[in-house]
Amino acid sequence: MELLDSNVDLKELQKLQGHADRVWGLAWNPAPHNCGGASAMLASCSGDKTLRIWQMGPTHRFDCSTILEDTHTRTVRSCAWSPCGKFLATASFDSTTAIWKYVGGDFECVATLEGHENEVKSVTWSSSGTFLATCSRDKTVWIWEVQPGDEYDCVAVLQGHSQDVKMVQWHPLVDVLVSVSYDNSIKVWAEDGDSDDWHCVQTLNEGSSGHASTVWSVAFNSSGDRMVTSSDDLTLKIWDTSSAISQTDTEGFASWRHLCTLSGYHGRTIFSAHWSSEGIIASGAGDDALCLFVEEKGNSIEEPSYRLLLKKEKAHDMDINSVRWNPKDQRILASASDDGTIKIWEVREIS
Amino acid sequence: MTLGLINANPVVHERRERLSRADDPPHHPYPHPHPHSHPDDVLDALDVFDSVRDIRDPEHPYSLEQLSVLSEESITVDEKLGRIQITFTPTVQHCSMATVIGLCLRVKLMQCFPPHFKVDIKVSPGSLANEEAVNKQLNDKERVAAALENPNLRQLVDECLYSSELYSY
Repeated sequence: MELLDSNVDLKELQKLQGHADRVWGLAWNPAPHNCGGASAMLASCSGDKTLRIWQMGPTHRFDCSTILEDTHTRTVRSCAWSPCGKFLATASFDSTTAIWKYVGGDFECVATLEGHENEVKSVTWSSSGTFLATCSRDKTVWIWEVQPGDEYDCVAVLQGHSQDVKMVQWHPLVDVLVSVSYDNSIKVWAEDGDSDDWHCVQTLNEGSSGHASTVWSVAFNSSGDRMVTSSDDLTLKIWDTSSAISQTDTEGFASWRHLCTLSGYHGRTIFSAHWSSEGIIASGAGDDALCLFVEEKGNSIEEPSYRLLLKKEKAHDMDINSVRWNPKDQRILASASDDGTIKIWEVREIS
Repeated sequence: MTLGLINANPVVHERRERLSRADDPPHHPYPHPHPHSHPDDVLDALDVFDSVRDIRDPEHPYSLEQLSVLSEESITVDEKLGRIQITFTPTVQHCSMATVIGLCLRVKLMQCFPPHFKVDIKVSPGSLANEEAVNKQLNDKERVAAALENPNLRQLVDECLYSSELYSY
């Protein structure tokens, strides 16, 4: 189904209620069959200090199967599944990151990562399964190496941002990390081939056509040659690395360049953007709206550009904090809001 | 030399007499529990001002109104869009309490008005040396949320909000 030429709508399939405070983050399990045979599993984290897991049942409806509580003492801000789907990391304002393991139908907290001086804002698992990264208001990015026996060793404390770091995200193919910050910049981090030292290989700030205010999120496309960032400056920016991607060569990822800026679609801070495996970018913002964008396939001589596919006003009653595509079903999107709810949407073609 | 207070000698104004409007119901937070009897009784700047005018300054035993930190004119409301904008004027150029005042305003508005209202809080232009930095922090909802989970800050905010009960009648 070629979406680029058709008209689409966004159908609300279900509204998930239960959290007692705003929902900050979402994460789809990439391998739900490893967790008891569910066809789809979604984790959500909240200001109510809990993490909830929602599973799709035989009727294709989601039910809350697990509530992880009494661990974090403050807001749970971000959650991320390991590539194998058996581990879940939760990052909290209480300055810790908890690691949960699926054991016989339940989730057990098997490790707590400490070290940040204040609120942890984001956690991300590398696709190799080797590393985790976290970031904090303390301006640092920490890289943790996964060891046997549920041990996690801190291998780097990365300084460089001058303010609060809002989100970190591993590249989908290689162990390269991107961080975005309240200091308005985007930083790319990689390991030095010789010394195994992590360092900043590129900084994208206002001078490099970057954002003019806090950058809230970053997401890669599935082939890893593009990324999208969203900001308080009311724009989304698409970045491209035209280098050939190889599994081992991380040097190609130090050369991101600005491709395109999407402005005028949201009237308030854009908190989240995510790229589907099919190439649709979803964005959610403080104006309560959800937007979908696709690449404009046109004149191959011109620079690639993106166009709005759809805007859903009042997708939620309040700010949208997170939007995430289901990796197993590329037309399904989840959104999380300050209104305490999560919505499951389906992108459909309309004739 | 006075130690401690940022502004040891604030200028204190009289509390402006509250003009009672015809058929004003007893003071309740908006929305009123009784249905509005007048069709043009919409939420306006005065409603918002009434909810925040008596917030106590973090450093002095006076309200934000008495210290001219706030006035009715510094507030704009659009009920249909669900927006409230407040501008406030710290008493001195180098006020370290500006972010605390901003926090107090947000908490009070969250308590008094429907949750879907979007609130923008700024310091009045030219009133603060690090105006841009303060405005940015005041309007970063993640920073606000984390600040309110800090028990010390929360206690200070609560003191500013609840001691105002001495003034309301």
